[in-house]
Amino acid sequence: MELLIIFISAALVNNFVLSYFLGICPFIGVSNKTSSAISMGMATTFVLVLTAIVSWLLYNLILVPYHLDFLQIPSFILVIAALVQFVEMVIKKVSQPLYRALGIFLPLITTNCAILGLALLAAMREYDFLESVIFGVGAGAGFTLALVIMAGIREELDLADVPKPFQGAPITLIVAGILALAFMGFAGMI
Amino acid sequence: MDITLIIAIATMGGLGFIFAGALAIADKKLRVEENPKIAEVNDILPNANCGACGNAGCYDFAVKVVDGEAKINGCPVGGQDVVDEIARILGMESSASVKLLARVLCNGGNIESTRKANAEYNGPMSCSVQTIVAGGDKMCLYGCLGGGECVDACQFGAIFMNENGLPTIVEELCTGCGQCVEACPRGIIEIHPEDRELFVFCKNHDDPKRSKEVCKVACIGCGICARKSDGSIVMKEFLPEIDYSKLDLSKIPLDKCSTNAIRFVHPEKAAELLKEENIEVKVN
Repeated sequence: MELLIIFISAALVNNFVLSYFLGICPFIGVSNKTSSAISMGMATTFVLVLTAIVSWLLYNLILVPYHLDFLQIPSFILVIAALVQFVEMVIKKVSQPLYRALGIFLPLITTNCAILGLALLAAMREYDFLESVIFGVGAGAGFTLALVIMAGIREELDLADVPKPFQGAPITLIVAGILALAFMGFAGMI
Repeated sequence: MDITLIIAIATMGGLGFIFAGALAIADKKLRVEENPKIAEVNDILPNANCGACGNAGCYDFAVKVVDGEAKINGCPVGGQDVVDEIARILGMESSASVKLLARVLCNGGNIESTRKANAEYNGPMSCSVQTIVAGGDKMCLYGCLGGGECVDACQFGAIFMNENGLPTIVEELCTGCGQCVEACPRGIIEIHPEDRELFVFCKNHDDPKRSKEVCKVACIGCGICARKSDGSIVMKEFLPEIDYSKLDLSKIPLDKCSTNAIRFVHPEKAAELLKEENIEVKVN
């Protein structure tokens, strides 16, 4: 039950993108097409889960026993950078078109604050191992969900008659704001 | 020394080593074999990633050239040297690349242009801001704003603002990448092949009376240059448009232009060239 609550909380109620406003850059950047939004969501989820695992091990097996809590941020960044490099290699090997579609946003997962946020939040809330992993999965699911919803809306928006001053980025930001408002509706759930 | 410090250094160093090792192994296992020519081509490209070729950066262009999707003279920045090099790598015959240059098509600097009466502009001097704020303090709504946004846009340091408040292109440094063209909100900079000499140095579409009011060197739209040009110059909304494929310099009465809006970029160089080819041109 506890795990389910953590998952729902990370995915919907405290959605990383629409409630914590983490990872806005790919949220705006890669939400043009549903297909690439899903792939980006998958890649980010993969990195999120791996980060949750590695950073939990690092934090609880090395940093806490040796009283090195102050190394949290640099060591987590190191973990994330290495993992993103790894994911980039895998994607390049597995799917060239996907590698090209994600473009610059793939290496930019390194600086995606959703991932550092996840590692820091999990450490702060003192989750145990399983909880951390579920937290990572939930955050990834929430991130993917937000990206896919946004991409779906933007695909429709391409056909809509948007007033000229609002075309492009402005209407996207307005939609993002409305979407964030809609997600506030989940607030009372837990 | 404090023991915590040593542990901290050891931890971060150890982590770095572990990750580096893991990535090195992953790189060996997951390396994607790509055409080595791509890397070779990429090395000789200017690597300014300016996007003037229409691709997302130099590497993308290199991939497309090797795949045969892009032409080997597609990089306007690199010039002939790069074309030759790419041709050598790909074992193709080199094709000529015409050097492109940016031309500033406005003569209305601080001296020539008329300022708006009863108006004083005290805001940021950047062109895009001036455009929003009633178009700056010059009366001409088509000419250079003098904010120097093109200077900032140029990655190659090929543009400077002269003392008259007009951008000047340093031709030796200009690569014709077109960044300045995009930066200019008034569209007064254009990219042209190096060998084009004759230009209309004005973008003003106002009627003759107003043109005279707003700027001393504006094209007033009299159309005298177009009249005997055999269709190589066409008047469009009080502004001549030159069709370079039909242009016959001897037919155009450049000396009749009252504001000197249509002229050669380098009057001396052009005169010499024309003398060699025995073409008589009237220049004032």
